[in-house]
Amino acid sequence: MSEHIVSPKVYFTIFAALMVGTGITVWAAFQNFGKFNIVIALGVATIKATLVVLYFMHARYSPHRTQLVIVCAVFWLAIMLGLTLADYDTRPHDMQPGEGRLVQPTPAHFLSV
Amino acid sequence: MHRTGDLYGQFQTLEQQKETAALGMWIFLVTEVLFFGGLFLTYTINRSAYSTAFGIGSNTLDIKLGAGNTVVLIMSSLTMAMAVWSAQVGKKKLVGVFLIATLGLGTVFLGVKGVEYKQKFDHHLIPGRNFDMKYHPTHPMPGDDPKELALEKKEVEEAFAHDPDINAHGQLYFSLYFGMTGLHALHMIIGAGLLVWLIKGSFAGRFTPQYNTPVEVVGLYWHFVDIVWIFLFPLLYLIDRHR
Repeated sequence: MSEHIVSPKVYFTIFAALMVGTGITVWAAFQNFGKFNIVIALGVATIKATLVVLYFMHARYSPHRTQLVIVCAVFWLAIMLGLTLADYDTRPHDMQPGEGRLVQPTPAHFLSV
Repeated sequence: MHRTGDLYGQFQTLEQQKETAALGMWIFLVTEVLFFGGLFLTYTINRSAYSTAFGIGSNTLDIKLGAGNTVVLIMSSLTMAMAVWSAQVGKKKLVGVFLIATLGLGTVFLGVKGVEYKQKFDHHLIPGRNFDMKYHPTHPMPGDDPKELALEKKEVEEAFAHDPDINAHGQLYFSLYFGMTGLHALHMIIGAGLLVWLIKGSFAGRFTPQYNTPVEVVGLYWHFVDIVWIFLFPLLYLIDRHR
């Protein structure tokens, strides 16, 4: 496998796509999509990051073992975020009144989940 | 002694030698992903617990400076990628030009960040004993837009009505803001140092189609720092803009 040289045309196309993505992010932030604001913001950011990894960082043209390392990073990150957030999400919190105060759980907390 | 891209004994081909260097950088970047990942996790948990404080904290940031900086940083990634290309095709002079452009854009980013930090100092938004979300709306600075300020005052008052501990929870937001952007800036400063070293090497004409591993590997690092900002920008600046 010989070294793959990515052409400037590809770099400028990706740059243009990243600029469009930034524009969409800023525009969407000022619209009220309710719960979907955060989904759009992170979705666009993830697409932008993927483009940077694949083309600017040459992951698309890298050997499989390098690609495996990249996938591992995402995998371990997903474990850390997924398990921790699942834990926080299923613990009883009393959000009213006063935000975010931890309370002593009562049996009712567990029954209502 | 400078390395020139000769084949070392432990490798079979130059190709393998280059791939190994890139693989090493990627393994370092995996640890960086988890390092920043922990901060993003802390941010997510606190934001969901104290959404009112995080919302008004986020709205005090200057979206024009933040968005402008995003554009500057993505541009610097483009020039970095172009520096790698120039080295690969043997345009020795262009390598230096693109590296200097990358360093320049990185410096602009850090300068803008400094302006933003200064603003936060002036508005009493540094976590500590003088932290006060109410300070700026009641103490206008020269050049403030009265309409924006009235809106900010209304927002802060509503927030206090909803969450009386807003100053405590606001400090959490700003601690994370300074912690995350500060660590990002530290990575940029280290990257700038590496760029200075590369620029020196490029003036000596050291980067050729045969040997451009330093440019390639520093490029990987620089793009990673760009990716961190791609996530920081929407999370810190754009939480609650649709007021």
